[in-house]
Amino acid sequence: MTKSSVDQLVEAGSEYHAGFVTDVESETLRPGLDESVVEYISARKGEPEWLTQWRLQAYAQWQQMREPTWAHVHYPPINFQSISYYSAPKSQTDGPRSLDEVDPELLRTYEKLGIPLHEQAALAGVVADPAAVGTPAGANVAVDVVFDSVSIATTFKETLAEAGVIFCPISEAVHSHPELVQKYLGSVIPQRDNYYAALNSAVFSDGSFVYIPKGVRCPMELSTYFRINERNTGQFERTLIIADEGSHVSYLEGCTAPMRDENQLHAAVVELVALGDAEIKYSTVQNWYPGDENGKGGIYNFVTKRGVCAGPRAKISWTQVETGSAITWKYPSVVLRGDDSVGEFYSVALTNNRQQADTGTKMIHMGKNTKSTIVSKGISAGGSENCYRGLVRISPTAQNARNFTQCDSLLIGDRCGAHTFPYIENKNNSATIEHEASTSKVSDDQLFACQQRGIETEQAVSMIVNGFCKEVFRELPMEFAVEAGKLLEVSLEGAVG
Amino acid sequence: MSLLDVSDLHASVVTDDQTQPILKGLNLAVAAGEVHAIMGPNGSGKSTLANVLSGRPGYQVDNGAATLDGTGLLELEPYERAQLGVFLAFPYPVEIPGVSNMEFLKASIDSLARARGDAQPNTAQFIRQVRELASSLDLDPAFLKRGVNEGFSGGEKKRNEIMQLLLLDPKLAVLDETDSGLDIDALKVVAAGVNRFRNASNGVVLITHYQRLLDYIVPDFVHVLSNGRIIESGDKNLALELEAKGYAWLT
Ligand SMILES: Nc1ncnc2c1ncn2[C@@H]1O[C@H](COP(=O)(O)OP(=O)(O)OP(=O)(O)O)[C@@H](O)[C@H]1O
Ligand SMILES: [Mg+2]
Repeated sequence: MTKSSVDQLVEAGSEYHAGFVTDVESETLRPGLDESVVEYISARKGEPEWLTQWRLQAYAQWQQMREPTWAHVHYPPINFQSISYYSAPKSQTDGPRSLDEVDPELLRTYEKLGIPLHEQAALAGVVADPAAVGTPAGANVAVDVVFDSVSIATTFKETLAEAGVIFCPISEAVHSHPELVQKYLGSVIPQRDNYYAALNSAVFSDGSFVYIPKGVRCPMELSTYFRINERNTGQFERTLIIADEGSHVSYLEGCTAPMRDENQLHAAVVELVALGDAEIKYSTVQNWYPGDENGKGGIYNFVTKRGVCAGPRAKISWTQVETGSAITWKYPSVVLRGDDSVGEFYSVALTNNRQQADTGTKMIHMGKNTKSTIVSKGISAGGSENCYRGLVRISPTAQNARNFTQCDSLLIGDRCGAHTFPYIENKNNSATIEHEASTSKVSDDQLFACQQRGIETEQAVSMIVNGFCKEVFRELPMEFAVEAGKLLEVSLEGAVG
Repeated sequence: MSLLDVSDLHASVVTDDQTQPILKGLNLAVAAGEVHAIMGPNGSGKSTLANVLSGRPGYQVDNGAATLDGTGLLELEPYERAQLGVFLAFPYPVEIPGVSNMEFLKASIDSLARARGDAQPNTAQFIRQVRELASSLDLDPAFLKRGVNEGFSGGEKKRNEIMQLLLLDPKLAVLDETDSGLDIDALKVVAAGVNRFRNASNGVVLITHYQRLLDYIVPDFVHVLSNGRIIESGDKNLALELEAKGYAWLT
């Protein structure tokens, strides 16, 4: 019996280029979680009393909650007492400082990953290592870098300050802009929104804070780069972006972690607030360590992301390229409160080997003439499970709301699974809701057609998959679209025998 | 030594529940500069020959050999055969959504150049060349931006195959029913493309059911394939005879 060539592709292990460990001495809190840990984290960051109380309140709520089980993912119970909730490189324990003071060992880490931390180098467009794909790398980009629980450097702060843009670690914003933080923290995702959001609210470590003043177009792309380094730690970052009236910002997030046999938890919260006529474009290239080909190790990526279009004609656009993590549980959503506001979700989720992804979006229409677009591309290879889960809710107040959803699945081989769960709740009969879905396979005929023109198998698969993702890649900022394409290629390496 | 040498080729089609012998001792020699037409009844094994030569999965070689310029083809991966210079114009070209024609052609020509140790063609020159080829085949340049064969009509797909043939300039072109589904004008355009491709150092195997194509692409030899073997060979007049009498008198 000859095996079909697609089947042959799906054997063998994957390659993860960001899987190294940085050898820095870290101050890591003993594993375990109780009120004193929450208080310790808050004290470590010198937080004001209101925030300590806010965390403790979240912790109390979390204790009353149960882990959700509705997602189409399977994993052994997580022992929340075996995780350390705070870890920082010792050299950084006094918080972020200027670039010159950052531990050279850390700088080397980011160089290896291709993250331009030196502003001159970044300006000149000198990018360290193109092998480190899935990471933001480009000329006109300001970067905030989070290493385990702390932010270690933020670039281009002065340039941004001239435009009035605030871009800094959230731990710093708590001190420098307490009124903004207090007003908006938890305003989109309340503490008790869900189990992981509550946990994050109690123990969140660091993350980025962005404020774009009225009428300002942010002069450069903003990006945050998250890296988990320390063993047995969780990463609980918190990002808050506020675009004031008529402003505009494009933001990108990238992530990697070393290869480890144990699973590590990443439970982030991202809140976006777009006031009237403001626009936020949020792009994610998620490349957390996915585990090995047998499903050992890898990140549990349990993330809550939501934006609110708070004023008229506001627009929030989520674009995500998800290739990493052992398990992804994530639904970047938009609450369309302002009249004529717009929500978009463009997603590529690729799973290989034993990875599991349950991802999608929620579009909550409340204002009149609100409009949402959902384009989801799921790619499953190996023995992986890929699931789209989406909700479109039209409230009684949302006169003339419109939604368009397109949900496509691509299968590579025949051991993987693709599932689609679109939920529609329509309470207003003036709404227009369109839904399209398709499932296809990378066929032997397509592969052979490429090979017959001299294109080698691996490149053929990646070309076909990239073609499938085109509508989403189009939405990414230029410099990241190229990275995303390369990342797919790397992530598919495991699928090619 | 011929350009293409097929000797005593036995091959089977492999399906989930069985292995069925199709080619049963096929011999064929194509010298450089020659066009060989292969005709024969439905199901006789013409496409199987094209597929086995190009390495399509699902077939099994039971015996015999096939060489291109003396290099054995049958052990090679499909892309290696293509890199050596084997080109198959598909009877049913497949769609590859989202991958633009231009992107596909570039990937293809770069792969061939890489494999042969040649420099990659200059992009601007490449684009000019592709545009020129497209218009010579009456294909709107807008086609180049569309996904490979995505939503193309049957005839447009066939013309696209010929455009690829002219761009990639292989040593051996195997055209499987490239004439079927073409309107009268398109048939002439495609034939002109093949004639433009022909030269003293390459060869063409032309699989067709219709004598009429051979009015435009005049073959050096015509063979009749029946039940997995070549049972009759002749010059272009054989095709005329077949047109008049059918295949029954041969079998
Ligand atoms: N994938 C396959 N599965 C089952 N049978 C096949 C397969 N491919 C070819 N065959 C069988 O092999 C035989 C030869 O087929 P082939 O396509 O080579 O014929 P052909 O000469 O090209 O015919 P036509 O003139 O109709 O194109 C046929 O009986 C066909 O049914
Ligand atoms: Mg045939």
